[in-house]
Amino acid sequence: MSKREGEGPRRNADAVQGRDVSANPSSPVIAAFKVFQQELDTKHDKYERLVKISRDVTIESKRTIFLLHRVTSVPDPEEILNDAEVKLDGVRQKIGNIAEELRGEDIHQFHRAFTPGIQEYVEAVSFLHYIRQRSLISLEEINARLVFMRPEKGSAEAPPTGAQVLTFQVTPSDYLLGVADLTGELMRMCISSVGNGDIDTPFQLSQFLRQIHDGFSYIGNTGPYEVSKKLHTLRQSLGKVEDACYALRVRGSEIPKHMLADVFSSRGALIDPEEGVV
Amino acid sequence: MSVTEMFSYIQGFLSADQDVREDIRKVVQTLEQTAREILTVLQSVHQPSGFKEIPGKCAKARELFCTVRTQLADLKTKFPVEQYYRFHEHWRFVLQRLAFLAAFVVYLESEALVTREEVAQILGIEVVREKGFHLDVEDYLAGVLIMASELSRLAVNSVTAGDYTRPLRISNFINDLDSGFRLLNLKNDPLRKRYDGLKYDVKKIEEVVYDLSIRGLAKEAESAVEK
Repeated sequence: MSKREGEGPRRNADAVQGRDVSANPSSPVIAAFKVFQQELDTKHDKYERLVKISRDVTIESKRTIFLLHRVTSVPDPEEILNDAEVKLDGVRQKIGNIAEELRGEDIHQFHRAFTPGIQEYVEAVSFLHYIRQRSLISLEEINARLVFMRPEKGSAEAPPTGAQVLTFQVTPSDYLLGVADLTGELMRMCISSVGNGDIDTPFQLSQFLRQIHDGFSYIGNTGPYEVSKKLHTLRQSLGKVEDACYALRVRGSEIPKHMLADVFSSRGALIDPEEGVV
Repeated sequence: MSVTEMFSYIQGFLSADQDVREDIRKVVQTLEQTAREILTVLQSVHQPSGFKEIPGKCAKARELFCTVRTQLADLKTKFPVEQYYRFHEHWRFVLQRLAFLAAFVVYLESEALVTREEVAQILGIEVVREKGFHLDVEDYLAGVLIMASELSRLAVNSVTAGDYTRPLRISNFINDLDSGFRLLNLKNDPLRKRYDGLKYDVKKIEEVVYDLSIRGLAKEAESAVEK
């Protein structure tokens, strides 16, 4: 301690005029903080990289969803579905990069960085799955496709189990939030399929949405708090779809099929003039 | 898998998660209790009479840290090791307090900055994540910053108690700490906010030193510093 006291006045001067480098490098405090600086910088850099990947995942997933919305209005849906599959493969590659970054890390430490991207991915992949199978994709099915084979570069500190195989686990809450977003897409799909004179899809959709709604009500507030926010939006979507089905049932028998679209779209405009953004 | 099955699976996961959180919360409560006890012991150094008994207070605090160690060992058993950051926010606050208390004890004993390893050792936890329940570097730094404001208080009270040399030593120490923190590139996070308060602690202590020196009260101390 006496040594440090002896250096006191000079240190004061340093602290005043000098930013980083001028600080006395021999002091144990400075040496310790150099280590902390490195550690924090490494962590922040990793976080930023993850945020970037997550953004890319979000954008690509959104594009896939837009692509999938075209399914209702084209003669050959299979082509679109295959395109979407290709796009999602690209997204999965990116998620592979996330898994790479997280190798040997605690995934929860960086979870905030990539959760938006993952939710969007869940939304896209479950949307595609619904269009194909008319059912809800399960968490296992999603996770099963997030296994990546990586060519190992010098596997120096790689974990003993699976130097080549990387997995990414979507957490149940991310899955839940992604599914909640899916309902919004289903609602849009329902409205647009009515516009195309498709009578069956809205009824299937309303049934499916009701099941999901029941599921969310069952979970209630045990889930993360975002769930309750999404539950509100989900109710609105469900309301719209149910109204659409109601309109079809009541008016469908009276009106010639080719005019149904007009009837419905004017009604839709009446229900919610400003809610196209949801 | 039907929608209902899927949701009941998720629900099962969520309630298991809540149980874990409940368990953690209970242990953290006892930890907070002990942390408060230690703080009470150490607070008495601000009293004029407490200045003579600093070693005694430190010894007493060290004893209480034994309880902390057993409580932390209990906490470790409540959740899987690799999910540390999942539940981090539950004990982040108390761990920062404990880091502060450990740093304060060490400062009072040796007037040196506690290392992260020492804190981890006092608390009976690890330094690196791979080895288990560890002390996050940000929590350690937050604890050190809490200590800085405690020391600025101590500087004022030591003058009141007639100890005119201590503020000078604290001033050197805090300046050291300040230049240390300037090395860090902090993001706009809670740690950064707390760091922004450090300059007020520095200022406060400088004022105390100024008051002492213009009145010549720090004469003997100054001669020591100038060697």
